[in-house]
Amino acid sequence: MSTPELPARRDPSAVSAGDAAVRPGTDMFGAAFGGDTSGFGGLVKRPPADASTPRPYGSWFDEAVDVLQEEYSAFDDAVTRVVVDRGELTLHVKPERLAEVAQVLRDEPSLRFELCLGVNGVDYPSTPTRLHAVVHLMSMTYRRRIRLETAVTAEDPHVASVSHVYPTADFHERETWDMFGIVFDGHPALTRILMPDDWEGHPQRKDYPLGGVPVEYKGAQVPPPDERRAYA
Amino acid sequence: MSETTTDPAVEDVLLDEPAGDAYAGARETTEGTVYTVTGGDWDSVLSAVDDEERIVVNMGPQHPSTHGVLRLVVELEGETVTSARTVIGYLHTGIEKNLEYRNWTQGVTFVTRMDYLSPIFNETGYCLAVEKLLGIEPPPRATVLRVLTMELNRIASHMVALATGGMELGALTAMTNGFRERELVLDALEMITGLRMNHAYVRPGGVAQDLPPGAEEKIRELLEILPERFEGIDKLLVGNPIWKDRTVGVGHLDVQGCIALGLTGPILRASGLPWDLRKTDPYCGYETYDFDVVTSTRADSYGRFLVRVGELRESLKIVEQALDRLEPGPVMVEDTKIGWPAQLAIGSDGMGQSLDHVKKIMGTSMEALIHHFKLVTEGFRVPPGQVYTAVESPRGELGFHVVSDGGTRPYRVHVRDPSFTNLQATSAMCEGGMLADAIAAVAGIDPVMGGVDR
Amino acid sequence: MGLEEKIPGGIVLTSVEKVVNWSRKSSLWPATFGLACCAIEMMATGAGRYDLARFGMEVFRASPRQADLMIVAGRVSQKMAPVVRQVYDQMPEPKWVIAMGVCASSGGMFNNYAIVQGVDHIVPVDMYLPGCPPRPEMLLDAILKLHDKIMDEPLGVNARRRELPGYQPRELVASSARYTPEGKKAAREAFRKELMR
Repeated sequence: MSTPELPARRDPSAVSAGDAAVRPGTDMFGAAFGGDTSGFGGLVKRPPADASTPRPYGSWFDEAVDVLQEEYSAFDDAVTRVVVDRGELTLHVKPERLAEVAQVLRDEPSLRFELCLGVNGVDYPSTPTRLHAVVHLMSMTYRRRIRLETAVTAEDPHVASVSHVYPTADFHERETWDMFGIVFDGHPALTRILMPDDWEGHPQRKDYPLGGVPVEYKGAQVPPPDERRAYA
Repeated sequence: MSETTTDPAVEDVLLDEPAGDAYAGARETTEGTVYTVTGGDWDSVLSAVDDEERIVVNMGPQHPSTHGVLRLVVELEGETVTSARTVIGYLHTGIEKNLEYRNWTQGVTFVTRMDYLSPIFNETGYCLAVEKLLGIEPPPRATVLRVLTMELNRIASHMVALATGGMELGALTAMTNGFRERELVLDALEMITGLRMNHAYVRPGGVAQDLPPGAEEKIRELLEILPERFEGIDKLLVGNPIWKDRTVGVGHLDVQGCIALGLTGPILRASGLPWDLRKTDPYCGYETYDFDVVTSTRADSYGRFLVRVGELRESLKIVEQALDRLEPGPVMVEDTKIGWPAQLAIGSDGMGQSLDHVKKIMGTSMEALIHHFKLVTEGFRVPPGQVYTAVESPRGELGFHVVSDGGTRPYRVHVRDPSFTNLQATSAMCEGGMLADAIAAVAGIDPVMGGVDR
Repeated sequence: MGLEEKIPGGIVLTSVEKVVNWSRKSSLWPATFGLACCAIEMMATGAGRYDLARFGMEVFRASPRQADLMIVAGRVSQKMAPVVRQVYDQMPEPKWVIAMGVCASSGGMFNNYAIVQGVDHIVPVDMYLPGCPPRPEMLLDAILKLHDKIMDEPLGVNARRRELPGYQPRELVASSARYTPEGKKAAREAFRKELMR
């Protein structure tokens, strides 16, 4: 089954010499920017803001952060930002300190975050430290939730593994390696888990294409979702 | 790789006669010799494996008893399992990446197909996360409808767990009976949502449409019929000595092990801890419903089975309470910039749009037309941020970590699926037992591979 | 394939062909190949309400060596594709494949890197069944159409019959026309005409 080739996109700057009626560098109707007149092509997305939430955080967050600061000696070095948003507490930590922070959070009697709900990744290609690893913890004793977030670059994507602190992170860290390419130092067997073992590339990064084929229906061709024109 | 190979391993394969059958040979790998067995040649394999008493058996992805496309690689010493490893990924669909190219509302149809036995839970978790990001509350009638459909779905899902668990262990009557009850529940869900499975019913802001006339009577009928059917399951399986022999003491995992491995749901409750998100971290008004958390102290497969049977009855109680507290009202949030434009109605060609709504947007209200257009073409915008919400699905804690960058499409949706985490317990549960117990242990975990691989 | 292929054409061959085809379609044993959501609907089709046993198919053979029909129910991921092919290769002839659901027919809603866009990239498919997931009644309809297709399969020297002009493949008659009293009468007439040819 051969898929027919899509017609080549018209590049308005590559106008052939025979097109005498058209000014060079413009297209048939005089547009020089590819023909998208909706105005949405010029939208600029701003990367997320980088500030810490000012104190007081509200509810149990202040007390918890204070206890962590007391018990964990390297707090000021490890925790770079504390964000409280929509009723959730997020601690941004340095990648090599992640396991230590998790250990303190688990063992400290007034914190007791015994249950790790998983490790996953997010890719923010607009920032240099684009690969973020996110760990969600839950305290069953106090019925609280907390999130730990670290950020690494794609060139040096090493994060301390929490699988020694929380054995449940085993499969989750393998999935994050598979999908994003974040290497968890200290993980017993970091291999691909969802993709075939010899797959190349890390699919859930933003620069990895969605894949997919153009769909033909009643003579018209619809390109796959990541190649369609998007206005938002 | 060099062309003229002097690699000793390669030379061995080329020069030596492989042991085993002429049709299916043996080959050397880093793990030792691998024999392909085609049937009728077991003797030749055994004779070749004289020196090693350990055999690695691959219960491959296509297997009637591994609950879906799960691959178990077990090392056997006689009948005892010395090491069991799970290989997953045979159903990886890239749903999380797909969500980044669709609207927030279209995301519901993708998310619903992950854990395909409990689609309403997937949808509700996702919608709760989106609503938390938006900062809106769905109307009370929508919340009650969500609880109603969730508990009906829990009944259906537990019925499949019992049915397939029974089938895997050889109790085929459990299969036919379990599916018979499930058909009743699916009839009710089909009347409410329009589909038997993968209903895209729960949308951000509420639910897609209100209960059709006749649905309430149908659910009340179910409330009459199902209790005696549950009695039937009790008589068939709970006291059954063969069932007990197969599941008691199998797959033992105590509370510390469960929490260390991050297991939640019936497995954790069967080891004694009454941890249920509907009670400990309530959502959708669950704190106002009267139901018990079923636990067992057995910590084995039989205990998990008992917990599921008990939860069937509790869910029925919640369905009854939800039906009683249905008040007339809207089912989608009032804010027209977010709420899906019209409640669907049955037209002449099947489910379509509501003619009243079309009359309104084309005739009276320009604003409604604009909202409809914007919502249907590009969707609503969600303020930037990230949230994590969790619901108690029939298999455990189903968590959604949703990141928004302020646009009309999710930036990243990660689903913490309970089956993915619960499967890590397979090694702990199977090693040391017999091969048949591995099946019973996996049946007790009840993984759904769609959620595991997403 | 066997002795029946060598019978010379004529009334004997046609009768043998009909008997052989009838026996093949009457006890078509499916191989368990449920992958995702469609597998649940397939199990529901085999359960009590939409009974597959009335067509001789309730026994889902675990081993592909004993199966005739592979119902690929669900999305086939890249990792699963070689397994699908291996199971197909292990089935002995004659074998048929139903691609159940849109994911097996064409990749479905998952047009991405991880899903094979249609299981016909891997195995030859005899019947495509769209739906997400298809209702059990739809699966039964597909199976009955496959039965019609099997009944039509020519044997030995008759193998060119399907290419003759004016040939109406029986499985393409719409179910709404096929299962009415008139439709059944027409099918019986066509069968009688085949025998007498």
